[in-house]
Amino acid sequence: MRAIAHQLRFEQKVFWRSREAAVFIFIFPLLLYALLGSVYGDEIDGIPAVDILLAGLFGYGAANTAFAGLAIILVGRRESGVLKRLRATPLAPATYLGAVLLSTLMTFALQSVALLVLGGLGFDASMPENWLGFAGAIVLGVACFAGLGVGAASLIRSAEGVSAVVNVVVLPMAFLSGAFGPTSDFPAVLQAIASVLPLTYFIDIVNGVYLDGASLFADPAALAIVLAWGAAGVLIALRRFGWMPRER
Amino acid sequence: MPPAIVVTDLHKSYGKTRALRGVTFEVAEGEVFGLLGPNGAGKTTTVEILEGYRTRDSGSATVLGHDPGVAPKALRERIGVVLQQSDLSPLLTVRETHELFAGYYAQPRDVDEVIALVGLEDKRGARVKTLSGGQKRRLDLGIALVGNPDLVFLDEPTTGFDPAARRAAWDMILALRSLGTTILLTTHYLDEAQQLADRVAVLRHGEIVRQGAPAELIGDSGLTEIRYRRNGEIVTVETADPTRVLNELTSAALSDGEHLAELEVRRPTLEDVYLELVEDESE
Repeated sequence: MRAIAHQLRFEQKVFWRSREAAVFIFIFPLLLYALLGSVYGDEIDGIPAVDILLAGLFGYGAANTAFAGLAIILVGRRESGVLKRLRATPLAPATYLGAVLLSTLMTFALQSVALLVLGGLGFDASMPENWLGFAGAIVLGVACFAGLGVGAASLIRSAEGVSAVVNVVVLPMAFLSGAFGPTSDFPAVLQAIASVLPLTYFIDIVNGVYLDGASLFADPAALAIVLAWGAAGVLIALRRFGWMPRER
Repeated sequence: MPPAIVVTDLHKSYGKTRALRGVTFEVAEGEVFGLLGPNGAGKTTTVEILEGYRTRDSGSATVLGHDPGVAPKALRERIGVVLQQSDLSPLLTVRETHELFAGYYAQPRDVDEVIALVGLEDKRGARVKTLSGGQKRRLDLGIALVGNPDLVFLDEPTTGFDPAARRAAWDMILALRSLGTTILLTTHYLDEAQQLADRVAVLRHGEIVRQGAPAELIGDSGLTEIRYRRNGEIVTVETADPTRVLNELTSAALSDGEHLAELEVRRPTLEDVYLELVEDESE
């Protein structure tokens, strides 16, 4: 526990000192919310647009922070030899990864609070009907997308390419999953693609706890799909993740 | 005391490349042992097997009584490493980086003491990204020492240093040795090995072609070189009996009224011995 707390303290220090990370990972979803919240009309399907968008950008935030952010951090550290150097210390790999995941969770939790504050004060958006479920959704989002993030980090070879690769995944996924607005008018093909993406189901679950006061476990099928994606990422990581730069 | 490192008949191949072909050596406790050899001779492969980064194909290796192929936590508690290439978080300060690594060990050294030992007191609060190459290398050494290791691996610790920085690094390594730390050093610089190492092993094509104390290796070759200029041309005489040859040479010159321009008497350095060992095959 002490070892995790020690590593977590430095992970957070490094994260907040990195302007690129703080802007791209923390500010970007808030900025998109402010922009979209200003341009969308009053209501979408009878629900205030600012509420729909808040749930959507919460989903985008989870994918951006835990999937894109984590993959970028891990690939960068692996290729520059940071991870290799750590392996020669007594620090246990599980402790290190645990601290990195907790740090991601902390960042996303803070981002979620910031999103609620921005929504509530700036756009008069609703507050969660089920607060506990909403908190659970923060953990669920990190569990799913961090699993995918570590999996992606295991497959991406170069530190130069990682930002591009993860954004090519995250931005279209967010768009198709309805993170940036309703998708009911989308062509059937795009809706079909959306129907297998984890973010689609994650946003459904978020809508449930945030707007309807439903339980986090109200839709077991959606929950299972979200967790299965996370587990798939973890499986890839268990098979392929390496600590050494891919020099040879 | 058992040796700090025992390596017996170590073999390692990367695909068809045979990087190590039966390497055997021992490093005694408290000794500074130098691994020399040209690029690709197998120095880094050997060190990285001992650090636990790479697996060996065959042969045995023991580091502080442990098998580095398993690299148990108990072993990692007692070793410090300076890798040939590795990065640290550019956003932490020198002191924070030392604190971070100190936190990984059960009985770390005092952080400020280590920072002083590697000469980074003035840079204590500076972020890693603002350090020069030489300062970064000293930081690498600092975090290798902060866990209070019994054995330190230094893989080309002074590559890219200017002469003054190298001298400073040598002083640090000698200070470390005087504290009783065992050191395994790889280097390209023969003068570095001659200055620092109690014993050296010369690797070529994955095999140790010679090992012993630098003085022994030089002694083996035994010849002294005498050089001077006559009629604009440099004359070189190699001899095992420099006293007699020099005497004959100078008395002849004196009686002929001749002036031996640029007269020089040179003992072979480790570099001469080394070049002889690693060069012959290419010719």
